[in-house]
Amino acid sequence: MLIRKPSDIRSSEITSESNYVNRRTFMRGAGAIAGATLAPGTFAATVPVEHGATVPDVRKSELSTDETPNSWEDITTYNNYYEFGTGKSDPVRNAQDFEPRPWTITVDGEAEITGTFDFDDFIKPFDAEERIYRMRCVEAWSMVIPWVGISLADVVKRFKPTSKAKYVAFETLEDRKRMPGQRFRSLDWPYREGLTIAEATHPLSILAIGLYGKVLPNQNGAPLRLVVPWKYGFKGIKGIVRMRFTESMPATSWNMAAPHEYGFYANVNPAVDHPRWSQARERRIGAGLFAQKIPTLPFNGYGDQVAALYAGLDLRKNY
Amino acid sequence: MDTVRQIRFVWKPLVFVACLLPFALVAGDLFGITGSLGANPVEEILDRFGNWGLRFVMIALAVTPLRKLTGWNWVQRFRRMLGLFAFFYVLMHFLTWFVLDQGMLMAAIVEDLVERPFITLGFAALLLLTALAVTSPLAVRRRMGRRWQTLHYSVYAVGILGVWHYWWQVKSDFREPLVYAVILVLLLGFRLWDRRKRVARRVTAHAAGHYRLSDS
Repeated sequence: MLIRKPSDIRSSEITSESNYVNRRTFMRGAGAIAGATLAPGTFAATVPVEHGATVPDVRKSELSTDETPNSWEDITTYNNYYEFGTGKSDPVRNAQDFEPRPWTITVDGEAEITGTFDFDDFIKPFDAEERIYRMRCVEAWSMVIPWVGISLADVVKRFKPTSKAKYVAFETLEDRKRMPGQRFRSLDWPYREGLTIAEATHPLSILAIGLYGKVLPNQNGAPLRLVVPWKYGFKGIKGIVRMRFTESMPATSWNMAAPHEYGFYANVNPAVDHPRWSQARERRIGAGLFAQKIPTLPFNGYGDQVAALYAGLDLRKNY
Repeated sequence: MDTVRQIRFVWKPLVFVACLLPFALVAGDLFGITGSLGANPVEEILDRFGNWGLRFVMIALAVTPLRKLTGWNWVQRFRRMLGLFAFFYVLMHFLTWFVLDQGMLMAAIVEDLVERPFITLGFAALLLLTALAVTSPLAVRRRMGRRWQTLHYSVYAVGILGVWHYWWQVKSDFREPLVYAVILVLLLGFRLWDRRKRVARRVTAHAAGHYRLSDS
């Protein structure tokens, strides 16, 4: 459905002919127009406002794992989301009253199409897919999570990054009134993350908008979060309000906080320990009190799909 | 009932039961009676026992300052029990790590003990506490004479190792270990202050004695 167009084409022509993202179609209230321009046979991703409501038209994906997902309870009560507190049970408690609407996402930097877009319009041009992925936290625990997401590759391509764009940087909302955890400087707010363009356009990378077929709960990063299943969980930035295409490697929050412990790449790697703990094994949440830890796999088991992205890169140095 | 007997037969059993409450709560939550241990019960049990171990080290270290500041000499009678509870919770913390977290895989355990400094620190604190617990009975104390006190000064090291162990495994939110560190500084600071005061008093008394001698 994505048709590449030469960059010298005028934006007015793009609007009428294709479903490339355009600022005008992103304008609030223009959803019907955006829907009408979609090619037949595709779904327009929409997310209801109500908590717990079902996300319509979610397609299954062949990229999903067949492992049994963790329970809704596990996934939504055990979270690292420092914007709502540093304890694992803080986010579920402190994010209950958070309103992820109205919500805008600003796209800027090295791209042909930039601007500030309303969340509903931002996701509308894309298909909502269920992606059941393993999630490996840098703290050596893991879950299996049935996300609902849109392809990050499709999103990136729509904004037509220029030849200068080598990275995509993301930022979380910074609003200490709505995110009480930001009143304490546990990290240098706003939370920042980034990917190379190659990583961002890999088919496995998604922007999640839902969980278990339902609206993404606040504590899991509503309304929009990144999911990159071969990287440690902290790469999965939540509550995204900004996407910036850059020429140089963007600063990322945990790397800024402790550069010798958290690198930019943060690929799951059992051979490279965290300086303070082993990454060789992981505790699978929900496996029970007496369950042994399971071995951690290179790239979290997605090596066949993603190892080629890092050919020639020393993964010990580029942790 | 006189005070000594009242402490022994009423207050000590009550304090003993109170000290067991954190353990009972873990058991209650484990079986879903009092609550729940959450999505990661192993981590939750580990954290709770570790926290209570550190708290009891602080509580035991607070006995002497409390006695000296208030003149309540009876608090001294609870010191050994509180210290033994510190050992109990630290031991439970260690056993949780050993059995549930590491699954008794010796290779992984040895690697962690050797290569993870924060685990080495915690283990050193456990070894010291074990020595203190083993030498806690009155009979042993009598037999050890002056060496007993020397050995038991190492509880200060246990406090420092415990706070350090906690501090070192935190990712970025240092507020809680900082609270323990401040309390520890106060508790150990009191001893320094008290010691200097006593030395000063002795020197003064000594000087005064000389004065009187030469005066006569």
